[in-house]
Amino acid sequence: MRSKLGLDVGLADSCREVAAEIARDVGQRTAGRTTVSVERTVARLLGVDGVDALDVPLPNVLVDQIEEHGGLARGLAYWLGNAIIATGAEPLEIAKLVGAGELDLHHLPLAEDHRIRQTIRQHAAAALEKIRGTRAERATFRAGLDGGTADAVETYVLTATGNVYEDVAHAEAVAENGGDIVAVIRSTAQSLLDYVPFGPTTEGFGGTFATQANFAIMREALDRWSRANGRYVKLSSFCSGLCMPEIAAMGAIEGLDNMVNDALYGILYRDINLRRTLIDQRFSRMINGYFGVVINTGEDNYLRTADAVTAAPSVVASQMINYFLARDSGLPPEQIGVGNAFEIHPDVTNGLLYEWAQAQLTRELFPDCPVKYMPPTVHMNGNPFRTHAVDSLFNLVTVATKQEIQTIGVPTEGVFTPHIHDRVLGLENTRYVANFARDLGDDIEFRPGGIIQTRAAQVLAEAHQMLLEIAEIGLFDAIGKGYFGNVSRHYDHGRGAEGIVEFDTGYYNPFMELMGVDLDA
Amino acid sequence: MRETADLSAVRPYGDHLNDGLVQVTFTLPVPYGLAARHAALELARTMRLTEPEVVHYQRLCDGYTYFVVIGQCRQSVDFATLREGAFDIQYLTEHEIDRLIEEQIGRRVVVIGASTGTDTHSVGIDAMLNLKGLDGRHGLEAYHGFEVHNLGSQVPNARLVERAIAVNADAILVSQTVTQQNLHLHNLTELVEIAEAEGIRDRTLLICGGPRVSHELAKELGFDAGFSKGTYPDHVGTYIAKELVARRAIASTTATAG
Repeated sequence: MRSKLGLDVGLADSCREVAAEIARDVGQRTAGRTTVSVERTVARLLGVDGVDALDVPLPNVLVDQIEEHGGLARGLAYWLGNAIIATGAEPLEIAKLVGAGELDLHHLPLAEDHRIRQTIRQHAAAALEKIRGTRAERATFRAGLDGGTADAVETYVLTATGNVYEDVAHAEAVAENGGDIVAVIRSTAQSLLDYVPFGPTTEGFGGTFATQANFAIMREALDRWSRANGRYVKLSSFCSGLCMPEIAAMGAIEGLDNMVNDALYGILYRDINLRRTLIDQRFSRMINGYFGVVINTGEDNYLRTADAVTAAPSVVASQMINYFLARDSGLPPEQIGVGNAFEIHPDVTNGLLYEWAQAQLTRELFPDCPVKYMPPTVHMNGNPFRTHAVDSLFNLVTVATKQEIQTIGVPTEGVFTPHIHDRVLGLENTRYVANFARDLGDDIEFRPGGIIQTRAAQVLAEAHQMLLEIAEIGLFDAIGKGYFGNVSRHYDHGRGAEGIVEFDTGYYNPFMELMGVDLDA
Repeated sequence: MRETADLSAVRPYGDHLNDGLVQVTFTLPVPYGLAARHAALELARTMRLTEPEVVHYQRLCDGYTYFVVIGQCRQSVDFATLREGAFDIQYLTEHEIDRLIEEQIGRRVVVIGASTGTDTHSVGIDAMLNLKGLDGRHGLEAYHGFEVHNLGSQVPNARLVERAIAVNADAILVSQTVTQQNLHLHNLTELVEIAEAEGIRDRTLLICGGPRVSHELAKELGFDAGFSKGTYPDHVGTYIAKELVARRAIASTTATAG
């Protein structure tokens, strides 16, 4: 792709090299550690699901018991593997026995290490095979339907009623009106829960709880619609908070197509401990990568907590770091949807040109990625008519710069969680602009030295400078100094730090091995 | 000559006085069609709109239809009387709040907050206190004038008060979202009792918030203020800053008098 922005190719390459180095450093500094959520994910992938008599999820029951005896440094797989040998039972049965207080994993005779590894590895391989089989069936189902036009923007639509059964109606309205991806926003409190709630839920705050049952209900409803209407509609959720990898596993099992998965979001905006999140995001993204789930990163947030004009370089820097952290977890470029947003204040003179420059810059820096573009939110003041007008320009930039995934704007942004018709109005606006200006991008050239080219060059240069500074001090210290979104978080602070466990020499996680990513590399 | 409105009987204005014109948009959970259109008109009449017209309607999906309706509202409000009795608080912006604190208090105001009891919902307290705030309006953490301690959710009342004493809090913010079986009432009352027992009630602003919490309810339970839906961090910030400034003024008057 020829650069419309006349970018300095050497500078862009240098950004990539520096960002790769920053990601490698993070990998080294988080290696040799696991977390309670990574270990619960191992349990989930092995088929452990359900709750005990006190409604504690069984993956938590297992991890809690192992942790109580100080055994987590070996990994849940070790203890579960040993229990399989000792009892002859399957992981789920073992978890139920532990939940019922009838089995203590530490009171069983210990088999030899190599035998434990061999046993649990076989179980893990079979579990992965089973999930892959279901996903292959889904791929076939999808291939038989209309997947939309290859070069068209995929519209990504958020629903959030709190009640999964109402979400189904909203998702159908989205599908009916041309939405390509439905994402159910989670209840806000969920990111700070160190467990995943169980079962279908009908009450949530600002969203619906991400539970495996809720995933299944939404998936089934969308499949039903897709079958009846001959067009495949994708499902998305959020790998964020204290349960990033568990959500990734649940999504893989239930056939989700996309996941929001940002390496830094939980640290910055939910005050989750930074090492905890960086360890969790690795395993979480490994799972997304292995099962072909497209991830979306959350750079849009920096544009909301900091000034969108001045924060632009931090978006590029973060896109680069998020990209290489994802690559290190085994995700191919075509599964990494780096994020950007249309958040410059509507009163800024030539704001549209700055937005155009930034959107085009993202597109050109990540030519193989399904880049994701987010609508204006922060300056939307409750006037639905103004918001609708701003959304039209957002839609114009989206189509002209060929973004691949577009979260649609809704006229009632900033008022309440959108009502069923608000999303339809948003989709109509999107469709109108996408068609009315379809080939605009191909017909446009930017004047050398004009506002757009100059702005893009400036943002890239500042992003490069920022990446150099981050590489110098390391990502941890950079977060401490408030490089992203003007939020500062420190190494030892934040939620969930107590859930980090250092490996001992006997640590084993069969999935890391089987999914083919060497985390210590 | 243009007629002036009778402020004791004000009606909506479209293009001439007292035409009562309004537009309403809504969805009905019924299939798209003439019967749906008829239902929307009938509903508009029960809203007491005269001469309603469906200017636009469309199918959203199976069983849901969207309407844009215009009509005339013949009802009126007595603006003259309402204006006299209204309680009006002048909200300040983030910048104005910071300036008020800097000029009148001269140090950072310490605010501690939590969602207490078994309530796992941190959304309310986070929206008020965390940097990200709400709808693009910063939480108090972003203000220069506030030192913020957000303890998060599921915090026991006793622990909140203990921490408030430790950080010498000027204000305690407590958020209650879960209101099943009036759990919030019990929980809020307990906080006031503990604050009184620990001897900090008089020197600390006690503020509660939540979707089912009103200012009236808060006062009844022994809080200084209560905030409900539609509250932004700057509203709470304005209240805290103005109330502290007012209390200092009273304290200094008392001191001078004594």
